[in-house]
Amino acid sequence: MSRKGRRLFFIGLILSVFGLALGMILFALRGSVSLFLTPTELAERQLNAGARLRLGGLVKEGSVVKLGPQSITFVITDGTKDVGVSYKGIIPDLFREGQGVVAEGLLTSPSASGVSQLRADSVLAKHDENYMPREIAESLKKQGVWQGGSPPSSPTSPPRP
Amino acid sequence: MIIEAGHYALVLALALSIVQASVPIYGYWRRQSVLMDMAQSTALMQFVMIALAFAALTYAHIVSDFSLRNVVENSHSTKPMIYKISGVWGNHEGSMLLWVLILSLFGAMLAVFSRQMTQSLKSLTLSIQAWISAAFLLFILITSNPFERIGMPPMEGQDLNPILQDPGLAIHPPLLYLGYVGFSVTFSFAAAALISGRIDPAWARFVRPWTLLAWIFLTLGIAMGSYWAYYTLGWGGFWFWDPVENASLMPWLAGTGLLHSAVVMEKRDALKIWTIFLAILAFSLSLLGTFLVRSGVLTSVHAFASDPERGVFILLILVFFIGGSLTLFAFRASKLRQGGLFAPISREGALILNNLLLTTSCATVFVGTLYPLFLEALTGEKISVGPPFFNLTFVPIFIPIFFLMPIGQLLAWKRGDLLAAAQRMTAALVIAIGFGLGLAAWHGEPALAALGAALAGYLILGSFVDIFGRIFVSKASAAQVWARASGLPLSAWGTAFAHAGVGLSLLGLAATGWGVEKIVSVRLGDTMDLGPWRLALTKIEPRPNSNFDALVAQIQILDGNTAVAQIEPARRLFKTRAMTTSEAGIATLRMGQVYVTIAEQNADQSLDMRLYWKPYVSLIWLGGLVMALGGFLCLADRRLRIGLGKRAATKIKAHSDPDPQSMAAAQ
Repeated sequence: MSRKGRRLFFIGLILSVFGLALGMILFALRGSVSLFLTPTELAERQLNAGARLRLGGLVKEGSVVKLGPQSITFVITDGTKDVGVSYKGIIPDLFREGQGVVAEGLLTSPSASGVSQLRADSVLAKHDENYMPREIAESLKKQGVWQGGSPPSSPTSPPRP
Repeated sequence: MIIEAGHYALVLALALSIVQASVPIYGYWRRQSVLMDMAQSTALMQFVMIALAFAALTYAHIVSDFSLRNVVENSHSTKPMIYKISGVWGNHEGSMLLWVLILSLFGAMLAVFSRQMTQSLKSLTLSIQAWISAAFLLFILITSNPFERIGMPPMEGQDLNPILQDPGLAIHPPLLYLGYVGFSVTFSFAAAALISGRIDPAWARFVRPWTLLAWIFLTLGIAMGSYWAYYTLGWGGFWFWDPVENASLMPWLAGTGLLHSAVVMEKRDALKIWTIFLAILAFSLSLLGTFLVRSGVLTSVHAFASDPERGVFILLILVFFIGGSLTLFAFRASKLRQGGLFAPISREGALILNNLLLTTSCATVFVGTLYPLFLEALTGEKISVGPPFFNLTFVPIFIPIFFLMPIGQLLAWKRGDLLAAAQRMTAALVIAIGFGLGLAAWHGEPALAALGAALAGYLILGSFVDIFGRIFVSKASAAQVWARASGLPLSAWGTAFAHAGVGLSLLGLAATGWGVEKIVSVRLGDTMDLGPWRLALTKIEPRPNSNFDALVAQIQILDGNTAVAQIEPARRLFKTRAMTTSEAGIATLRMGQVYVTIAEQNADQSLDMRLYWKPYVSLIWLGGLVMALGGFLCLADRRLRIGLGKRAATKIKAHSDPDPQSMAAAQ
C-alpha cells in the first residue's frame, strides 16, 4: 500500500469508528434515558403510556397497601399532585410513609389523563434520617411541603468513596 | 499538640511543594544544576511532611479526639478499631489527605528511582508533580481542613456511615487512589517532555513502568470496588454505570490505551504525540473523577459533600491542569519529531486500532456521564442515563476489541500476516465454540450467554496462542518446553495473562444470563429450591454487637441432601444513626455464588428474602485479579525495570559490557 493509501486508510478508519460511535450515542440518547420528574411536572407533560421515568416525591401518609409478601402499592406526592405506584420486589430498608422516595419504572396510563399510574421496577428510599435526593428536596422546598433540616448539607455518605 | 503538629506539617508540605514547583523549573531555565537538584530533596521531604500529617489525623481517629470536627462527624468511641483507622479516609477531608499522601508518595518514588534519567527530565517531571500537589494541598487547607477544631467538644461522635463500616473501605480507596494518582506521574512526564521538547524511545521506557503501576492499582481498585458494591448494596449488581464508577472507568480506558501506545513508541519510535496526549488524558480523567466525586455535583448514592466552595475550587484546579496541559500540548506538540506511518496490517496497526476503540469507548462513557449534568445546567431538565444507554454504545465498541485482542498479539511488527494469524486462531476458535455449545447444553437459555461464553473462551485461549507457538516446537522434550517457557520474557507472559483476565471477566459477565433470582416469603424450617441447590432456613436470631444490633437468618445450602455451605444474611440496626443496613449472605460454590438478602421480619414471623444463584460470577473479579497479575509480570520484566535507561546507555557506550554487570546496574 502506498504512503498516501495508508494515510487514507487510517483516516477513514478513525472517521468511521467515531462516526459510528456518535450515531450510537445519539440513538441511545433518544430512547434509553429516563426523565426525572415530580408528580406536578409529570402532570404538566404529555407522556404516553409506556414512557420510562424516575418519579420522586414523598410517600403519601396512609397510602401504602401491602398486597402480598413482596408486592405493594403506594402514592407518591409532592403536595400538589399524586401518582399511584405499584411495585413488586423487596421494599428498601428505609421505605416509610411521609419520607422521600424515588421510583423508576413505566407509565401505565398517559400522563395527560390526570390519573397517572407508574409500574415501578425499582424503588430507592432515602438512605438515612436526613437524606433526601437533591431534586426532591429542591422541588419540595419550592412548594413549601417539606420542612426539614438542610438535606444538601448532610447527605448520606456513599457506599464507596 | 499532635494535631497541631500534623496541621503544621501539612502547611510545611505546601511550602515545600511551592519550592519544588518553582525552583527546579527556574534552574532548568537558567541551566543551574544545583537548583534543579532541589527537586529530589523537596519531593522526599514533602512526602515525610504529608505522612506526618496523615499519621496525626489517624492518631486523632484512633484515640477518638472529639475536639476535631472531622472525628466528631465520622467516628464514635464504640466503633471497632479497624473502622477507626479506615474511617480516616471514609470522609471528604481525610480522603483528600490520602489523595495528596499518595501523590507525594509517587513524587518521592520518582525522586528515588530516577537516577538513570537525565537531570532535566527528572527535575521538570518532579516540578510538575509539585504543581499538582501544591494545588491540592491548597484545596485541603482552604476548603477541607481535616484538622479543624470544634469550639465545644461533644462527648460522643456521630459515627461513620454504616455502609462504610466494612473491610472494603480499608482496601478500596487506597487502591483506587494509587491508580488515579499514579497517572499524575505519566502526566508530569508528558508535560516535562512538552516543555523540554525532547521525547524519544527512552522516554517511553521511563513512562511505561509508571503507567503499568497506575494501571495495575486502578484495575484492582475497580475490581475491588465492584465486589464491595456487589456484597454491600444487597441487590447483587456489580456494575451500575453510576457516574462515580464511570469516573474510575474512564481513566482506566485511557490508561489501557496509553499502556499500548507507549509500546509502539518504545519499539517503533512512532505515535509520540498521541502517547503524550493519552498521558495527559488519563490524568485529566482522573482529575475529572475527583471533581465528580468530591464536588457533590452528582446526585448519586455516592455523593459526599455538596459544598459549592469545594466544587468551584476543584473545578478551578481541573481547568488549570487540563487547560494548561492542553495549551502546552497545542503549542509544543508540533515541535516533536513525528514518526513514520505504518502498514495497517501489523502489530502497530492493531495497537492503533486498539487505541482508537478504547478512546472511543471512553468517549461514550464520558458522554453518558456528563450529558445529564450539562443538560440540567442548561435546561434544568433532569434525566438519568442508565445501563440501556451504555449497552447500546459502550458494549458494541467493546465487542470488536474482544475479537481483535488475540489476533493483534499474533501480528508481527511492521508487516503482519492477517491470514496466518487467523489460521493460528482456528484451533482456539473451534474449542471456544465447542465450549459455548457445551455450556448452552448444560445451562440452556439464553443464547446470548452462550455466545458471550464462547467469545470469552476464544479470548482466554487466544491469549496464549502466541506463547503456545513459541514453547511447543515439534519433537521437543518436556525439559526443552520448560526451558523455552521459562526463557520467554516475563512481559510475554504478562500480556497473555492480562488478556486472558479480560476473557475470564467476560465469561463471568456472560454467565449472569444463566442466573436465577427469586423472591420468597419463608418461615423457620422451610426449604426452597434455587438453581441446582436447596436452601433451608434453620435459625432466626437477634445478635447484639458493640455498635449495632443484628437480626441474623441462618440458611443451610444443600446439594441434594448433603449440606455444602451455611450462610448468615443479616440486617443490622446501627444505634447512633438509627439506620439499618442489609448484610448479604454469600457462599461461593463451583465459582458461582449463592447470594441471599433478608428483609424485615413480617408480623406473622415469616421472613421475606431475595435469593440469587449466580453461576461463575466470581470470575468477574477473578478476571480483574488476573489482569493485575499480568500487569505485575510485565512490571517485573527486567527489560522494563525503572532503572533501564542507564543500562541501555552504558550498553551503547561500551558494547563489551558483560551482561551480569549490566543486570546488576539495572537493579
